[in-house]
Amino acid sequence: MDEIAQSPLARYREHLERGELAYQFDRATGKAVFYPRVIAPKSGSPDLEWRVSAGIGTVYATTVNHPRDAASYNIALIDLDEGFRMMSRVEAMEPTAVKIGMRVKLRVKREGEGAAEPLPVFVPVEASR
Amino acid sequence: MNGATRGSVAIVGVAESDLGTVAAGLSATDLMAQATRRALDDCGLALEDIDAVFAATSQARMASLSFCEYLGLAPRIQDATNVGGSSFMFHLAHAHAALEAKMCDVALIAYGSTQRSVGRQNLSTPEFNPYESPFRPVLPVTGYALAASRHMAEFGTTREQLAEVAVAARRWALMHPAAFERQPLTIAEVLASRMVSDPLTVRDCCLVTDGGGAVILTRADRARSLAKRPAFVLGTGATSTHMQISAMPNLTVTGAKRSGELAFAMAKLAVSDIDVAELYDAFTINTILFLEDLGFCPKGEGGRFVQDGAIAPGGALPVNTNGGGLSYCHPGMYGIFLLIEATRQIRGECGARQIKGCEVALAHGNGGVLSSQATIVLGSEATL
Repeated sequence: MDEIAQSPLARYREHLERGELAYQFDRATGKAVFYPRVIAPKSGSPDLEWRVSAGIGTVYATTVNHPRDAASYNIALIDLDEGFRMMSRVEAMEPTAVKIGMRVKLRVKREGEGAAEPLPVFVPVEASR
Repeated sequence: MNGATRGSVAIVGVAESDLGTVAAGLSATDLMAQATRRALDDCGLALEDIDAVFAATSQARMASLSFCEYLGLAPRIQDATNVGGSSFMFHLAHAHAALEAKMCDVALIAYGSTQRSVGRQNLSTPEFNPYESPFRPVLPVTGYALAASRHMAEFGTTREQLAEVAVAARRWALMHPAAFERQPLTIAEVLASRMVSDPLTVRDCCLVTDGGGAVILTRADRARSLAKRPAFVLGTGATSTHMQISAMPNLTVTGAKRSGELAFAMAKLAVSDIDVAELYDAFTINTILFLEDLGFCPKGEGGRFVQDGAIAPGGALPVNTNGGGLSYCHPGMYGIFLLIEATRQIRGECGARQIKGCEVALAHGNGGVLSSQATIVLGSEATL
């Protein structure tokens, strides 16, 4: 099947189901691509190689949302060591204690009733040992 | 590459609709029409003179179509570009090109929103994004909070400096009869107010009001024959860097750097020529980022730049003289109000908040989560 006809999101989710964080690599530019696409940004290349991240990264930006009627929770942008950035959440610590520059590790989890779709969150590297 | 020509067109009519909480049952399009009637009266043109209609709102999927129907117009040019709050600056740049090419003679730009009356939850729901939505960002504030966190970490910007932006806006608002907020505000009050998304409290966030606006443009020769002093379009620049905050290349450098360079180059002016800066302050971090990216201070110095009332009345640089989205009015897509205030400053119509000798005004629009950026430089006859 032609790669360009496949859903990048479906492929991404297949990996997540296996506990893997997938991203793409543009052979034309040598750069990581995230979110997954059918052609690469800037180069326009359809020659995108799927790779699995080692799941180690650094907190690039962080905030804590404070809903009026629910618990506060973290939202962070994580720079993965392979050279791409994604939105996620840092868990296993106080949400306000998450700091920019902190090293974090992937943990794919399922949230809510009926085990909804797997979610790629992060925990401090120290806590994961 | 040649763009539109400096000073070939001018803003000749501006007006707001009713603001704040408008009469029950008024629609977003009603507010566009209110503002349009007042803007026509402002310049002395008639509805039938308009042959180009530009409109955007989050409450009409095809905003220019619904507004043209409402007005009974079938203009030669219409454009419903919607890139968030800066849409009206994009419209203005498009109108400039169309007017100069004589594809139209009189262009109307309009906006309306009843988001306060109907409740933000009843507006169109944000698009589901499979790479962001599962983490439950509260958009747009989460995006701006992430940018603020990064600015604080990289440059030592403080919450007190962010609060200075809100306090300056409030001091200007107290001089604007149409401003929503009518009470003084202190830095301590900003810091002590309810935290929404760290480091932004509710007082670091724009208002949620109703409101609309209209701006009418025509070519320079005709502009001079109309009722008010024209505000000539000296420079325009527009760009985007991303849609979702997770795709923003660098959270401390916005597209305002590029849009500002384009606008200043076209205007053949420097940042030191700007008498008043109207910067899209959806959140306090915006003003700091745009002061840096437009060149009013070096990158990273925005927090220190705004300290000690430097952008408040009597400060070194008048910024957001209408009270801004933080204290005057913010119906969701605020950009048109920046154009209105910049025009009024050039005309000398601003009463207590008027900047003396204002010849050049900058209006900078922002849309999405720092996503679209557009800079407009307006000038008086003396600047041509």
